[in-house]
Amino acid sequence: MQRPIRVLVAKVGLDGHDRGVKVVASALRDAGMEVIYTGLHQTPDKVAQAAIEEDVDVVAISILSGAHMTLFPRVLELLRKEGGERILVCGGGIIPEKDQEALYALGIGRLFGPGTATGEIVAYLQEEIARRRASRNA
Amino acid sequence: MRSNGRDLARKLLEGDRISLARAISWVENESDGAEAILDALYPRTGAAYRVGVTGPPGAGKSTLVGRLARSYWEAGMRVGVVAVDPSSPFTHGALLGDRIRFQDLPNDPRLFVRSMASRGSPGGLAFRTGEACDLLDAFGMEIILVETVGVGQSELDVARAVHTTVVVLVPESGDEVQAMKAGLMEIGHVFAVNKADREGAARITRNLKDMLRLRPPARDSWVPLVQPVSALRGDHLDELLDAIGKHRLHLEEAGALGRLKRERAAQRIREIVESELAATFWKREEVPARMKDALARIEEGRSSPYREAADLLHPAGKEKKTR
Repeated sequence: MQRPIRVLVAKVGLDGHDRGVKVVASALRDAGMEVIYTGLHQTPDKVAQAAIEEDVDVVAISILSGAHMTLFPRVLELLRKEGGERILVCGGGIIPEKDQEALYALGIGRLFGPGTATGEIVAYLQEEIARRRASRNA
Repeated sequence: MRSNGRDLARKLLEGDRISLARAISWVENESDGAEAILDALYPRTGAAYRVGVTGPPGAGKSTLVGRLARSYWEAGMRVGVVAVDPSSPFTHGALLGDRIRFQDLPNDPRLFVRSMASRGSPGGLAFRTGEACDLLDAFGMEIILVETVGVGQSELDVARAVHTTVVVLVPESGDEVQAMKAGLMEIGHVFAVNKADREGAARITRNLKDMLRLRPPARDSWVPLVQPVSALRGDHLDELLDAIGKHRLHLEEAGALGRLKRERAAQRIREIVESELAATFWKREEVPARMKDALARIEEGRSSPYREAADLLHPAGKEKKTR
């Protein structure tokens, strides 16, 4: 059985803007993915824990509070510590280009800004996860 | 590099959460090696007490499961939760949102929560929910809470997968209670009337009790308990826990836990045998051609699906005639 892509979609930090993340979650579902949505105000600890328990392929984080330089690396670090190093961490929000470069250098997956078409996110995840699974099974 | 099922099972038994999470995925995806995991772990199952929570959409199942999980955890127990949400029959995608209601659950080794998409299973659970519970059981969880999809009255699978079934209703279910004589109302060992701070809670509680009293006694003489609660506010949770505890005691005193495990094993054997037999049959070399001929005869009006199925099942030459 072809295993569906499982994605944890999380809002980390203090901002309460969840319209965007809900649109993305629905788009991923409609693309055939299993989307675990955990709600607002998640801590990096909770996100990492949930990602491990749910055995997801992807953690997609939305941050609009400006704390991305703290929160993304923290989630990545916790996942690596817990044995979830093969989980792709990507996300979206308002993230300046130089910060994006710094986060990519740490191993964060693609970051999407405002106005991104949901189809672009779907295509990225499908390609990236297919690539990772293929290289794991090789 | 793939690890094999036996390795995964061994690491799971050592308490490795990643291995537990991965084993559940293997089992729900029916990956190669899934049966080896289940086979290796089966002797280690049976210690966990399983409680199912079902009821109509919006009744507050997730909130209640979150509360119950927290209560058992606070009492020092190791708690597993399996929450099932529906998959789209068209895209196969799913939005699994039960965790939104589990915010109160701490990050702790004594807690493990897993969301499952129903993936086309019609009975309120996913096809492999029972096996996911087995894995949590072998991992050492003492209580396993199973939350069903909540699509209405077709949630009967849960009754076969757990020891105690809690049916969650709300005051607004009042008028429907009469109509719910079948199905849902027959599987509940405990009825939780949620949102009990709302108008109508006392009335539905009374109606439920009357209805359950009028019913012929269950095979094992258990009389279902009805308990008003407020999952959101946390009111009357202790009484609900107490009701579940009473049912557990009832089963234990009647020696029913072993019988339930035996019945579940028998059913699992039947399912596996049936699915293997069917798969073997459809893989037989001559079947596609015979199927094609059969459909042609039906299309020409010379035969029916019933006659053709009988002919397919019985080797050529020894056909059983359908009359």
